[in-house]
Amino acid sequence: MDALVAALTIFVLALFVGFEVITKVPPTLHTPLMSGSNAISGITLVGALLSSGTQYSTLSTVLGTLAVVLATINVVGGFLVTHRILGMFRRKS
Amino acid sequence: MTTSLINLAYLVASALFILGLKGLSHPRTAVRGNLLGASGMLIAVVVTLLDRQIVGYGGILGGILVGSAIGAVLAQRIPMTAMPQMVALLNGLGGIASVLVAGAALIEAVGITERPVTAQLTIATAVSGLIGAVTFWGSLVAFGKLQDLISGNPVLLPGRHAINAALLVASIALAAGVAMRPDVPLFYWGLVLVASALGILAVIPIGGADMPVVISLLNSYSGLAACATGFVLDNTMLIIAGSLVGASGIILTRIMCDAMNRSLANVLFGGLGAAVTAPGGGKGDDIYAGRVKSADPEEIAMLLDIAQRVMIVPGYGLAVSQAQHSVKTLAELLEKRGVQVDFAIHPVAGRMPGHMNVLLAEADIPYEKLLTMEEANPQFEQTDVVIVIGANDVVNPVARTDPSSPIAGMPILDVDRARTVVVVKRSLSPGFAGIPNPLFAADNTLMYFADGKKALVDLIAALEH
Repeated sequence: MDALVAALTIFVLALFVGFEVITKVPPTLHTPLMSGSNAISGITLVGALLSSGTQYSTLSTVLGTLAVVLATINVVGGFLVTHRILGMFRRKS
Repeated sequence: MTTSLINLAYLVASALFILGLKGLSHPRTAVRGNLLGASGMLIAVVVTLLDRQIVGYGGILGGILVGSAIGAVLAQRIPMTAMPQMVALLNGLGGIASVLVAGAALIEAVGITERPVTAQLTIATAVSGLIGAVTFWGSLVAFGKLQDLISGNPVLLPGRHAINAALLVASIALAAGVAMRPDVPLFYWGLVLVASALGILAVIPIGGADMPVVISLLNSYSGLAACATGFVLDNTMLIIAGSLVGASGIILTRIMCDAMNRSLANVLFGGLGAAVTAPGGGKGDDIYAGRVKSADPEEIAMLLDIAQRVMIVPGYGLAVSQAQHSVKTLAELLEKRGVQVDFAIHPVAGRMPGHMNVLLAEADIPYEKLLTMEEANPQFEQTDVVIVIGANDVVNPVARTDPSSPIAGMPILDVDRARTVVVVKRSLSPGFAGIPNPLFAADNTLMYFADGKKALVDLIAALEH
């Protein structure tokens, strides 16, 4: 129960941090913000690595490995595409 | 590596995610911000691989290689106009990954007898499966609509509210099943199946104009799914990263809703654009008959010759005709002649938040020239010529004047207050809202009927002549 309360505390505090940080992003950067935060949502990859690597049962390993592939596409695609978008906003000399 | 060390590394990764998002708040620091976020992810992955629970690396390495290759190719190949569907697709993949991870965690939790199956674990698993599946299927439908694989029009099934409500009730019942009998896998996978149907049916009635809202909402969901997975695995980093994304998506959703003066519920359940002949808007013929003046490139070039201040209003019509480079040429040509040229951008121009800014940035238009709606509106009265390219609803003065219109109260670009308005549009057809636009028949408006790109090319030629 204590662990749950601690986790909920972190959840709520992180939501507040998110609101504070993100309300300051100007409209020009809303697309990179979205693709960048999208890449971060691929953090579920960490869970996928654990499910795949623990090799508890064939089913859990298969599910985990599939999740590794999908979450990696999300993470790698998300960060790279954000980088590509931001390259366009760079001031040209 | 000990658990404390791993958790400390996760703390560093979480801090990097926060700094990364903070960096995205200014064009100067944005590239570094994105790199900080990516380093956070790298630290998280490397540290996790050192976890003692991991005994087999084969599947992991193969999975990472395949995933990285697909992700990298997608990110390099996708044209900037297709960015919204790309983001929708990636979002969906994150969502389904959370579904699979939660499913695998449930199997392990039930099988490993020495570990207690807590209510936190089972409830979080159910939440992760529910949100993740809705995100995946909702994103796929959004992808299909944006990619024109399925109709971008709202698809309104009879009794859809009742069906969705029934699916939601069934999901909650199945979620309760997961919580009470985690050892029966049918409950979890049944929940995923029902939530999948819910995801499809929730997005299919929503029209193309509302896509910015849908995409930001699904972005938020993918974060919340990751967050729920964090509760399943008792992993604080997943909770922190997931809530950051959840918060970001919700803020953007609110901004998009404000920009259309509609509530989220109205977007999700209303189906704007469903009614082609909306009440209150009047028939197009009554408004346009005998009042629409069309102009050719030469006439418009003469107007621009004597203008000192020009404002360009890009809409999605500009994006589909790939005219962002031509519009840059036009702006440069005018500036060389001493004309002040700016771009006025409505928050919902394009198909995801800020999409138009990206398209114009792609054509090397400096971001200082891109004005937000708030910045642009006070300046229209001092503007000689406004050139509207492929935008319709966001410049419709009916939003200000007719309270019974479907777009009543929607904040618009007040282009009608400029001295002359040139509207580049292929026909008088209505926009997403399905209502005629009196701007087209206004005394100070000239219609230039043509495809966005061709219109600009001809106009540039006329100016250079």
